[in-house]
Amino acid sequence: MEAKNIKVAGFGGQGVMMFGQILAYSATKDEINGLWFPSYGPETRGGTANCSVIVSDKQINSPVFKNADHLVAFNAPSLEKFKDHVAKNGLILYNSSLIEDEFSQDGSTVVGVPINDIATELGNDKVANMVMMGAYLELTHLFSDETIEAIIKKFLGERKAHLLDVNKKAIQSGKDFVKKLGVKYA
Amino acid sequence: MAKVLMKGNEAIALAAIKGGVDAFYGYPITPQNEVPEYLSKHLLANGKVFLQAESEVSAINMVYGAAGAGKRVMTSSSSPGIALKQEGISYITAAELPCLIVSVMRGGPGLGSIQPSQGDYYQATRGGGNGDYHLIVFAPESIQETIDTIKESFDIADYYRNPVMVLVDGLIGQMMESVDFDRPKKERFVPEKDWATNGTKNHPGRRNIANSLYLDPAELEQHNIKLHQKYEVIKKNETKFELIDFDNPEYVIVAYGTMARICRSAIEMLKNEGIEVGMIRPITLFPYPEKAFEQIPENVKGILTCELSMGQMLDDVLIANNGKHKVGFFGRAGGMLPDPEEIVGAIKNFNERVVK
Repeated sequence: MEAKNIKVAGFGGQGVMMFGQILAYSATKDEINGLWFPSYGPETRGGTANCSVIVSDKQINSPVFKNADHLVAFNAPSLEKFKDHVAKNGLILYNSSLIEDEFSQDGSTVVGVPINDIATELGNDKVANMVMMGAYLELTHLFSDETIEAIIKKFLGERKAHLLDVNKKAIQSGKDFVKKLGVKYA
Repeated sequence: MAKVLMKGNEAIALAAIKGGVDAFYGYPITPQNEVPEYLSKHLLANGKVFLQAESEVSAINMVYGAAGAGKRVMTSSSSPGIALKQEGISYITAAELPCLIVSVMRGGPGLGSIQPSQGDYYQATRGGGNGDYHLIVFAPESIQETIDTIKESFDIADYYRNPVMVLVDGLIGQMMESVDFDRPKKERFVPEKDWATNGTKNHPGRRNIANSLYLDPAELEQHNIKLHQKYEVIKKNETKFELIDFDNPEYVIVAYGTMARICRSAIEMLKNEGIEVGMIRPITLFPYPEKAFEQIPENVKGILTCELSMGQMLDDVLIANNGKHKVGFFGRAGGMLPDPEEIVGAIKNFNERVVK
């Protein structure tokens, strides 16, 4: 697998950091290399939060990249901030619940998913990031359902184990949404 | 064991436990707080010592005391915190006591920022403490290399009776990578600590004293000479570096830590454009790998030093180069990280970067 540079961005509290970490944990579980780093510091308080993820079956060199192969934008400011830093033939996945104007960009595959609306339908607003995860995996096929489920189980721990089902449903809903759109990326 | 994904700071803490740390003394500061956080949980649970001191000055002097008693001791901090520890570091070095100091660099000077930086190269290699002394300074480029280094660091410190500093930037502290904790460690001879100030049971009639005061100048000079000879042995035995893509380079980059990794990607990009660039990656900053520079081919167009500072290691590059090749400099500071494309640009416009 070619190294993938992934930028995940949104408001603090949207599960952006967790989204990125799940990818890095999944890479490690699949015995390839994962790297995750947060933009840490004062700008994460109340403002936008973002993290960078690299997954690769080779040694990962620079932790810093100029252009992302995949941009996952959970809100409008994040899309605005990072849309010009997407590699050629890259993927832009955005939250169309919060970004109402349809977005497109030359040279990129762009998919909007109404993750908050879908999560509300599922009865739990907090799984919106897992709806995004489902859409992302359906487009990129980076990790299997088994791998992702094992990592989510770890995140939930014993105390929140009962939430596994709704998380799995959220991932499936994200996948179904993309399937229905008929968009293919990888 | 399979690889695990772990944050750099937590990996530093776990590697120290694997290296046999008996006691940690520190004071909180971003971006290294996960080191004491992790150790506070895991050291106490295993009957070891974890102590959050009232200040950095206090913490380093606790390290001095516990190291004197023959224990494996560490502290960790970040730039302004390491600055506060300098007095104690000088004393520990003078008293020839082993310990591990982890420095997770952030932007400076002063309180600076909490973002990654390499602005403390001088602090680590020249020291802010007084007198003729050196730390053995390692500058790993990844979390894996940080783990391997820290696991070995107590053996090195014990062997030379000298503090070891592991110098990383805030990015290595804050990021997560897939790492393996069970890579084999180099076997080293670790001498008995018959100098430890832990009572006279093993040597009745002889008291051990940890001391840095020599009022007789002739005696202090002998002590200085002895320390100097030790540093010469360290230079001979412990100098560590990596040569990357050194077959037939047009240019040579010199970079350490996170900057070296950014440069690795830049070198690949340049190779795709037909520009061959090699890299000297110092792994020890003291001793500095001057020998590596002897391997630079005669016909290179220049050496580009890349740092997350305004140019500190640059001094050592100029010394090692000794006027032989053109030397250029590329740096970002204050917590700003360049992307590989910026390094590509700096190589392409090397002549604009030459240090006069």
